[in-house]
Amino acid sequence: MIGTGIAKGLVLTAKNLLSTYTDKERLPTIEYPDEKQPLPEASRQFPMLIFDGEDEMKGLRCTACQICEKECPPKCIYIVKSKDKRVDYKGQNQFYPAIFDIDYSVCMSCQICVEVCPFESIKMNTEFELATPDRFGGLLVHKQQLAKSNAHYQKIHPTEAAASDAAMAVEKAKAEAKAKADAEAKAKAAAAKAAPMPSASPEASPETPKPAVAAPKMPM
Amino acid sequence: MPIPNPEELKTRLEAALPGVRVEVFPNPAVPAQSSLLIAPAEAVAVAKFLQDEPQLRLDMCSNVTGVDWPDREEKVKVKQLVDGVEKEVEEVRRHPGCLEAVYHLYSVALKQGPVILRQRTANRTDDTAVASLTPVWRGCEFQEREAYDLFGIRFTGHPDLRRILMWDEFKDHPMRKDYVEPDDYEYEPTPHDEVLDRAKAHYPAPEVKA
Amino acid sequence: MSDARNQLYQIRPKVAPDGAELEGELLEVSMGPQHPSTHGVFRMDVVLDGETVVKLKPVFGYLHRNHEKIGEGTSYLSSMPYTDRLDYFSSLTNNWAYALAVEKLSGLVVPERAEYIRVITAELTRLQNHTSLCGFLLQDMGALGTPLMWAFREREKVLDLFESLTGARMMCNYMRFGGCRCDLPPGWLEQARKLVDEYPRFLGEFEALLSGNEILMARSQGVGRLSPELAVSAGVTGPMLRASGVDYDLRKVDRYGIYERFEFRVPLGDHGDVFDRYMIRVLEMHETLKILRQALQQIPEGPVVDPKAKLRGFRPKVGESYGRLEGPKGEIGFYLISDGSANPYRYRVRPPSFINLTILEDMCLGRSVADAVIILGSVDIVLGEVDR
Repeated sequence: MIGTGIAKGLVLTAKNLLSTYTDKERLPTIEYPDEKQPLPEASRQFPMLIFDGEDEMKGLRCTACQICEKECPPKCIYIVKSKDKRVDYKGQNQFYPAIFDIDYSVCMSCQICVEVCPFESIKMNTEFELATPDRFGGLLVHKQQLAKSNAHYQKIHPTEAAASDAAMAVEKAKAEAKAKADAEAKAKAAAAKAAPMPSASPEASPETPKPAVAAPKMPM
Repeated sequence: MPIPNPEELKTRLEAALPGVRVEVFPNPAVPAQSSLLIAPAEAVAVAKFLQDEPQLRLDMCSNVTGVDWPDREEKVKVKQLVDGVEKEVEEVRRHPGCLEAVYHLYSVALKQGPVILRQRTANRTDDTAVASLTPVWRGCEFQEREAYDLFGIRFTGHPDLRRILMWDEFKDHPMRKDYVEPDDYEYEPTPHDEVLDRAKAHYPAPEVKA
Repeated sequence: MSDARNQLYQIRPKVAPDGAELEGELLEVSMGPQHPSTHGVFRMDVVLDGETVVKLKPVFGYLHRNHEKIGEGTSYLSSMPYTDRLDYFSSLTNNWAYALAVEKLSGLVVPERAEYIRVITAELTRLQNHTSLCGFLLQDMGALGTPLMWAFREREKVLDLFESLTGARMMCNYMRFGGCRCDLPPGWLEQARKLVDEYPRFLGEFEALLSGNEILMARSQGVGRLSPELAVSAGVTGPMLRASGVDYDLRKVDRYGIYERFEFRVPLGDHGDVFDRYMIRVLEMHETLKILRQALQQIPEGPVVDPKAKLRGFRPKVGESYGRLEGPKGEIGFYLISDGSANPYRYRVRPPSFINLTILEDMCLGRSVADAVIILGSVDIVLGEVDR
């Protein structure tokens, strides 16, 4: 009979409507902004710079290598390197950014800057309620607003932050071991130079030079 | 996919269509996707052969691409006799540029492919005509229009050659390597000052908060 | 039809019952770029004789962002987020097609777990794309929102999966050359299995609602017929080609990735009309669920990216490559010419929606304006891909 298809469809729609009162799954709308949906951990919105410790500017991990600026697809990052250097967490002298601007109105949240950063310093924040009425420059974010503490990063992306901290700890340990080995090698070389040189005459028996300073014992 | 390799295709084409000029264009990265360079005058005949030959049956033209090869100069060190002494002299070789249309052909009936054809224009300035393969494969219609729009390659024999992505009154061809973009962008305060400076010439700069 | 393309369709001289000839004019309507049913900024210049379409010219380019030139100016990795924005409904298949083309060019090998993840995400993409298409098609037919909202309610579950894996709902940017960006988070596989188990209930409801509906059948059966010969010659691929009865599915033909390991059928249509295209997509959703069940069961442990792949300073070999795969809309392919530097020399997207539009006019001639809207809906275009 003509019309049975439509009738069946209407019965189904009615069932759907009535079941919204009984089944929570059928009613997928939540009342934003009173209720907010919890976002998954991997959710990414806009970039932020991480700093360690208390001081925002002194603890910034960024070394102004400008790799993120080059790789950013819409070219929304603008970096100016500083003229002087300072010591980073590994104990090496690095530059730091004098200017670090990101234009959030251009940024497309692709996360490529995070992937290519070799220093674990730029990460994705999860804040998206950033609307501003100022069209020109309202979403141009500077270093001060971009800097967020490591604690904040650990709160919003726990597993990622744990992996990042672990990677940094490994790098730090490697750098420390290298620095120690360098220091020992240097001390040895200095000691060898400080000891008296053997005489130039070919007949004289070669004397093993006595080190002026006792060689440091290797801990291994 | 038992499609013959490009050298074999070349011999088959030369046997079937006497006098045809076919050149194999090797592909160092993916040798299975090497292409055949054909002359525009014989392109339709070659295409019809490839479509009708019972072992090939290439009945779908999957992709038509325009490529711009600008004029380039190559500095080559050549051994030359200068004043009776053999010396290495740097010679500048000029390679004239051209525009190119690359066709990727597949067979739906026999589920094989791809066979890649290339057609080159004589130069980039005045003689930019190649043969259109739309009479053979209908799928080339919009794609050849796009190659015309973005590169300037004229396809002779195309039923409706006009711009497709840019508007009809647009001049110039955007995908060419020497295309200069117009600088009157809508004002956008990105941190990159060249865009800002070029835009300032067309719009008054509004107040930007520090 | 080839002669009629640039001429007007046969106009029958109209004769009144008493023998007098009626005069009339042809009306040229621009179904303009701002139109709720044209799936984006797409324009159709139709010439009408009453309600019958006499000539139809599609006009697009309103969303042209010159993606191909941007591709020439950015490195290979940085072009990956731009590929999301081509067919913005199915960003993961676009990513995979681009990764395929680059992997061909550079000879990277994808580990097994990454292949499984790629198949799972691509099939989920296909699922949500076909769901939204069914919703949109019904919306174009005037169903005023019910199927569309139901489709979107299910689609949200798939997008939740994408967000917990890749970080973004639509612009996923997940595939990398030689594998995937990151591994599956804990609990993702269980959530995916739950979705796959519950989806058939939604599909059953959808089919009960729609597939017996008389209005749907009357409006779509026999409308917009596409013959298989014209479809093949016009380069049409994807569900449109299969609805015309041509058995060409790249997952079976090219056997890229690990599709050979999965058992699934390819549904084919008989008539090539709008109803067939709609039913093909519904049937493909069932087949997709089959593939997902198998893949979610078989997925092994292991790395997710080729250890030889480099993030920074990636330079493939000199040469060119064409990589293609079966996207939800058709064959999406990437043609790359590399000159050994960090940026591609020529970066070309083979857009399925663009090429499927070639025969729009042929399908719409002789039918009414209302049919032209649904025929366009059944072609399933996304302007991001048509215009790039």
